[in-house]
Amino acid sequence: MKLKYILPIAFIALFFSCATDDDDNSSIINEVEGLELIQTIANGDQTIELYNEKGFFETGYNHISLRLKDNHTGNYIEDATLSWIPIMQMPTMEHSCPKSAITKALGKDTVYEGFIIYQMTYEDGSGWSLTLNYNINDTDYSVTETISVMQYENQNSASFMGNDDTKYIVALIEPKDPNIAVNTMKVGLFKMENMMTFPVVEDYTITLDPRMPGMGNHSSPNNTDLTYNNADNFYYGDLSLTMTGYWKLNLKLLNENGEVLKGEDVTDENESSSLYLEVEF
Amino acid sequence: MKTLITVVLSLLMASFGFSQKAINETKKDTTKLEEVIVVSRRKLSNHRQEKTLSSIDDYLEKSNKVTMIKRGNYAWEPTLNNMATERLVVTIDGMQIFGACTDKMDPITSYVDVSNLEKVTIGSGQEGTEHGHSIGGGIDLKLPTSKFNGSGFKSGLDLGYETNGNYKATGLDLTYTGNIFFITTDGIYRKSDNYDAGGNEEILYSQFEKYNISLKSGYKFSQTQHIDANLIYDKATDVGYPALPMDVSLAEALISSLTHYYKPEDKALKSIETKLYFNTITHIMDDTKRPIVPIRMDMPGWSDTYGFYSKAHVIKDKHRLILNLNGFYNKSLAEMTMYSNNPNEPDMFMYTWPDIRTLYSGVFIKDDFHFNDYETLSSSLRLGYHRNKISKAVGVQSLQIFHPEVKDEQDRFLISLASTYQLKKENYDLSFGLGYGERAPSVSEGYGFYLFNNFDNYDYIGNPNLEDEKALEANFNFKQKFNDFEIGITTSYFHIMDYIIGDLAPNVSSMTIGANGVRVNSALDHASIFSTYLNSSYKISERFAINGTLGYNYGKGNNGENLPLIKPISYFAEFNYNTSKFNAALQLDGNGNQSNYSSMYGENETADYAILNLNLGHIFYNKLGKTVLKYGVENILDTNYSTYADWNNFPRQGRNFYVNLSFVFP
Repeated sequence: MKLKYILPIAFIALFFSCATDDDDNSSIINEVEGLELIQTIANGDQTIELYNEKGFFETGYNHISLRLKDNHTGNYIEDATLSWIPIMQMPTMEHSCPKSAITKALGKDTVYEGFIIYQMTYEDGSGWSLTLNYNINDTDYSVTETISVMQYENQNSASFMGNDDTKYIVALIEPKDPNIAVNTMKVGLFKMENMMTFPVVEDYTITLDPRMPGMGNHSSPNNTDLTYNNADNFYYGDLSLTMTGYWKLNLKLLNENGEVLKGEDVTDENESSSLYLEVEF
Repeated sequence: MKTLITVVLSLLMASFGFSQKAINETKKDTTKLEEVIVVSRRKLSNHRQEKTLSSIDDYLEKSNKVTMIKRGNYAWEPTLNNMATERLVVTIDGMQIFGACTDKMDPITSYVDVSNLEKVTIGSGQEGTEHGHSIGGGIDLKLPTSKFNGSGFKSGLDLGYETNGNYKATGLDLTYTGNIFFITTDGIYRKSDNYDAGGNEEILYSQFEKYNISLKSGYKFSQTQHIDANLIYDKATDVGYPALPMDVSLAEALISSLTHYYKPEDKALKSIETKLYFNTITHIMDDTKRPIVPIRMDMPGWSDTYGFYSKAHVIKDKHRLILNLNGFYNKSLAEMTMYSNNPNEPDMFMYTWPDIRTLYSGVFIKDDFHFNDYETLSSSLRLGYHRNKISKAVGVQSLQIFHPEVKDEQDRFLISLASTYQLKKENYDLSFGLGYGERAPSVSEGYGFYLFNNFDNYDYIGNPNLEDEKALEANFNFKQKFNDFEIGITTSYFHIMDYIIGDLAPNVSSMTIGANGVRVNSALDHASIFSTYLNSSYKISERFAINGTLGYNYGKGNNGENLPLIKPISYFAEFNYNTSKFNAALQLDGNGNQSNYSSMYGENETADYAILNLNLGHIFYNKLGKTVLKYGVENILDTNYSTYADWNNFPRQGRNFYVNLSFVFP
């Protein structure tokens, strides 16, 4: 019975021992392994490659990996500083969206990373452009390119006006692959200071009440409200999902003083909060 | 509790101690020693039953201690001492077999038919632990014993019809018995439409259809050894459950075993019987026949069991010893898919039994020590190791939603002890017994996930961290004869510790649409169950006899609440006329008002009732063989009634005329 476990291990061992013998200068490590290329943006001597897990941008939270290639040498530049500005062009105005700074990916030489939360898009994916500013050896470069952002099938982010006349954006980050379990729920909360600035909102509370509208709008036990974690500036809570299917995560946003800024309790009369996110699995 | 264990152990020791003294005593009459002491044992003989083709369920219901819980007209759930499946050990000829339905729609008794069996052995309380650990007792459905008497070909045909529900039953059996080889096969087919309750009220979804075939063969390769193979295939389709929100489209079982018998001659070791077995059950619930449901769903379940036992009988001087070493491995899996009414939403899915593996191995020792012709001390001990494993990781994670501390494995060590003193005199019998037993939670109790119980209208969540349920038991039986009059009393009392029952989870919303809420399995600190029956019979003449039974049961938890499904005052009276070729019986069967009902667990007060039945039977002998005709009327007065054991008080059958005809060809 054990043979079926031993055999593959033996083969793998054999394979690797052969492989290392053959080429000593070690094969090139692919630092974007498992990621899909979204788009390349050419800018004179450099090309910027954008990656994520799916290979396209979607509304909601996007974790993005970038590489910067020197078109002459073909090598990736390891010591650049980058920043970005996503812009949504609308008929009468333009605005940006919540985003992180771009930092070097941990443990990698050529990959930089960050996130952008697109709160909306046009049906055909149009409307957005991305400006990348970067600095290599004290030389500044900038490039702007049109990108397309697809509409995510569920409501994984919400932008809304709070009672305090402030516009907020909340975006679901985890669970990415929900299970029938107590899942860790992670969201980002930002406020719209102006059209271009979306700072993180600290120390608020987001209450959580997951419901299944397809099954009598039942809830699940032992969920916890989302609280702010100042280590990574996201909000965390426990999300219990008792079965697969469509779940509506009803939320309420409370400020530091516990005043409700948006959202209502779910009751027999009120099927859903006006502030909610969705998961489906 | 400790003291009781000590008492029982010392009794056990004492009886072994006696063996040393008894060695030199004179041999006892062997016929006395061969006498099997069981609380109740009913032979499935064709001709004694009121209906030749009665189902196992009907048959069990006639037993004093057994009550059947009904969710429909098929697959009734036996209870013993007011305790149901999880507190009993129900086996088929010592084989462990577990239903595949999370909602108890398929008790084991539904997967065999009378044609498969020879008799049923019922052991109350700790006297029923030969095949496993239980609190309430054990029911063993015995397969026929092998015969090598060279009687040649034999066949039989049974036909049955009942007016209520247009119920038809047909049975056929063929047997060849040689001197070293036998083969026997039988088949039975039953089909019923909806039945009518009293007053011609049609009970929708009370139909069923099933067939059962079995094959048994044996080969005797020496005077002392033979081997038997047995195969039972049972398939029920289109089974309605009027008391439940869903029906069953398939309940299928394959039960197989291979048994080796060794019977040495003239030795203390009388026999060794070793069986290897395998059984598999598929159970598929169905709501397609129900016009209005909140949501359509599929709920299939599977249960596979592999096992063995090896049993030795030893008769040494005044001792009659049984040693039984057994083990089994069970795999229980059930799932639920709900089809969303909104086409944009995906189907919903969960494991209701997340692939639970149960491994058990244990040993059972029983000694009947005969002090003299009148007195016997029976002592038994069962020790077992029980292990549950949640095989699916999602099962562990889903239970962790309710119980943060869930391990995927749970080990238990279980013990059962019993000791009974029995005195048999010419005019009276007396017995007194004490016992202590433990059981592991059932798969549903431990690992069920959102199992909807429409009895109390709650969703139930299993609890893998439940303690073993433990019971202290005392029983007393007495029977006195005055010439043609006989009166007897049987009583048993159970003090159950860590009594497993659902506990309301106040802030958890139910998954099932329309349910009241969620209950998580938990345990009462203790509960008491008491039952007593007074039996009497009077033989008026050679042919006329009357007998009657009066029963009282009581069950309460330490929270002061009544336990659910406790039988109210019950009575039964029968007037018999018997000759060798004709018999007639008029029966009165009734229950008092169920005043001690458990509102907490969804019961309401079930009104008292009484029904009258008339059974008649003839036996004819002719050239071709024997013909048995049984006919009669059940519920003569067409009373519309339900009993405490009828799920959600759905009404029982109204007036029913039946006729059964059996042909036995030699």
